[in-house]
Amino acid sequence: MSGLDETLVLGWGNPGRLDDGLGPALVEALAVLGLARVVVDSDYQLTMEDAAEVARYRRVLFVDADRTGPAPFHLRRLSPALQGSSFSTHSVSPAAVLALSRDLFQAEPEAWLLGIRGYEFDEFGERLSGKAQVNLARAVALVRSAIEADEFQEILNTENIAENGTKREGEPCPTQRP
Amino acid sequence: MSTNGQKRIVIEPVTRVEGHGKVSILLDENNRVEQARLHIVEFRGFERFIQGRPFWELPVLVQRLCGICPVSHHLCAAKAIDGIVGAERLTPTGEKMRRLMHYGQMFQSHALHFFHLASPDLLFGFDAPVAQRNVIGVIGAYPELARQGVLMRKYGQEIIKATSGKKVHGTGAIPGGINKNLSVDERDHLLQDVEQMLQWAAGALKIARDYTLDNIERVSGFGAFDSNHLSIVRDDGAMDLYDGKLRAVDAQGRSIIDQVEPGDYIDVIAEEVRPWTYMKFPFLRKIGPEKGWFRVGPLARINTCDFIDTPEAEAARQEFKALTDDKPSNVTMAYHWARMIEALHSIEKIRELLHDADLQGDDLVSPRGERRGEYVAIIEAPRGTLTHHYQVDENDQVTMANLIVSTTCNNEAMNRAVRKIAADHLSGALEITEPLLNNIEVGIRAYDPCLSCATHAMGQMPLEVTLLDHEGRLLDRRSKE
Repeated sequence: MSGLDETLVLGWGNPGRLDDGLGPALVEALAVLGLARVVVDSDYQLTMEDAAEVARYRRVLFVDADRTGPAPFHLRRLSPALQGSSFSTHSVSPAAVLALSRDLFQAEPEAWLLGIRGYEFDEFGERLSGKAQVNLARAVALVRSAIEADEFQEILNTENIAENGTKREGEPCPTQRP
Repeated sequence: MSTNGQKRIVIEPVTRVEGHGKVSILLDENNRVEQARLHIVEFRGFERFIQGRPFWELPVLVQRLCGICPVSHHLCAAKAIDGIVGAERLTPTGEKMRRLMHYGQMFQSHALHFFHLASPDLLFGFDAPVAQRNVIGVIGAYPELARQGVLMRKYGQEIIKATSGKKVHGTGAIPGGINKNLSVDERDHLLQDVEQMLQWAAGALKIARDYTLDNIERVSGFGAFDSNHLSIVRDDGAMDLYDGKLRAVDAQGRSIIDQVEPGDYIDVIAEEVRPWTYMKFPFLRKIGPEKGWFRVGPLARINTCDFIDTPEAEAARQEFKALTDDKPSNVTMAYHWARMIEALHSIEKIRELLHDADLQGDDLVSPRGERRGEYVAIIEAPRGTLTHHYQVDENDQVTMANLIVSTTCNNEAMNRAVRKIAADHLSGALEITEPLLNNIEVGIRAYDPCLSCATHAMGQMPLEVTLLDHEGRLLDRRSKE
């Protein structure tokens, strides 16, 4: 297990392909906030060597754009999984990164996947769509509050998510404990 | 689909190569293989995307082309811009920092391909069960090898980060030089592991060599065919992955072109367009489209160069060439052995550079000279020769870009490899058997093609299998996550 009592926020995607850059965009936004006990990193895609980095941390939050998931985002707990993971390219899934971390480096950090809903992917362009920007802002708020509270909770149904990324007061809790 | 009596079987995508590809095998009326086509999802519109942009943005912009080898595009564009601003002769610090970045990219790319894409075929054999013949199988049976692969890749990435500033959209190379040197701390950090990396690279080379020699009868004919080979080489004929002039040899090693300046590439290389694909087919003008196509990449580079200027890789090259009496190897599967010779060469160069005090120099950028409106740069990317050709106007805006990427250069060769493998294995049946599918995959993978479209958000459908009858009727379609 890692010796670093920090959260690694690892966003991936291609900022030159519109909303595909949502992951790196969240990382940039967090870097500006300068939160304590957080290390941020981003890349075009997740790769094998991320396993060695992930293995060093207590908790890791993977962040990617999502073409089809609920808006503004979903957040779910991740477990290591090699079976069914895509090894068809240099890119690997976050669950596979965790499995490699476990199998090759004997580390199993607490892991989460944040999928931020995007809408435009199929052109070259260094900008986020308007709706993606709205979703990004809410995702940043969520991650900030979770890191400050040092507690993450699953958010699979986002109907009750307030503008600041947290659940609305007095309404049924949309979150589930992992 | 039927074309002139041909029947077509479609397999898509090719797994364990970069991105997605689709293979069509065209049969004649007697169900013999007439033709094979590898359809590649292409980047379309990129040249248009960069038109009108200021040329100095190019080294950063072109990295958006591909999430797999952004460093190759970054450096090739930077070399072209050096020429535009008349500063192609870099300072020692500028050139050596760029070379370090390039060897880091080469090392990590070759390591990843070998350990995580190719090694399952080599360690378990083509005929091993699919459930075993993948990286998961390697992790289970050879965990230390898998770990080495991850850490070699990580080491290369650390070099890229130290030289380009960051992993995504690095800005290291700028017109006429580089924007940072290598600090003493960065150097010492990288030196800590360099001997270990050398040792592991030598171990990987041994695996590839032993596999080839132990299975020489089988691999010699597997997807093999005579071809021309092309790369850049140094003035003295040495392998040079960062800079040089074009050289091409035929299947017997006879010179076709030599020491051709990158700016003259258009006089020696043309691109053929075929109606069934947007991807072009480059060929040597001197020979023509029918026989002038060529291979690029590790195998071609070993075949074209006269020597390698690092001792361990040179010894390995000599052993490699001895197998074919110093003539070119035309064995597709020899790409793996050649790739590991280059991985060893790259880490030898990295060690050499890390001990070079020029990397701590402060003279980062060359003075600008005569401004040009057009320039061509060529670099050897991990997968082969990469050409960037730009024209800019008086307002410094890009008016034309032509990029010939490595996978495009190997287009004809990959088609031929698939055709040969299909002809050897199909045996008249209208059926894609598991062994045939495996063998096609193994043959294409040897070239390490990059078929990436560089976008991969969650929710995409990565796999679809389509079967059409001879009149184009859809018989079956399967998809999976």
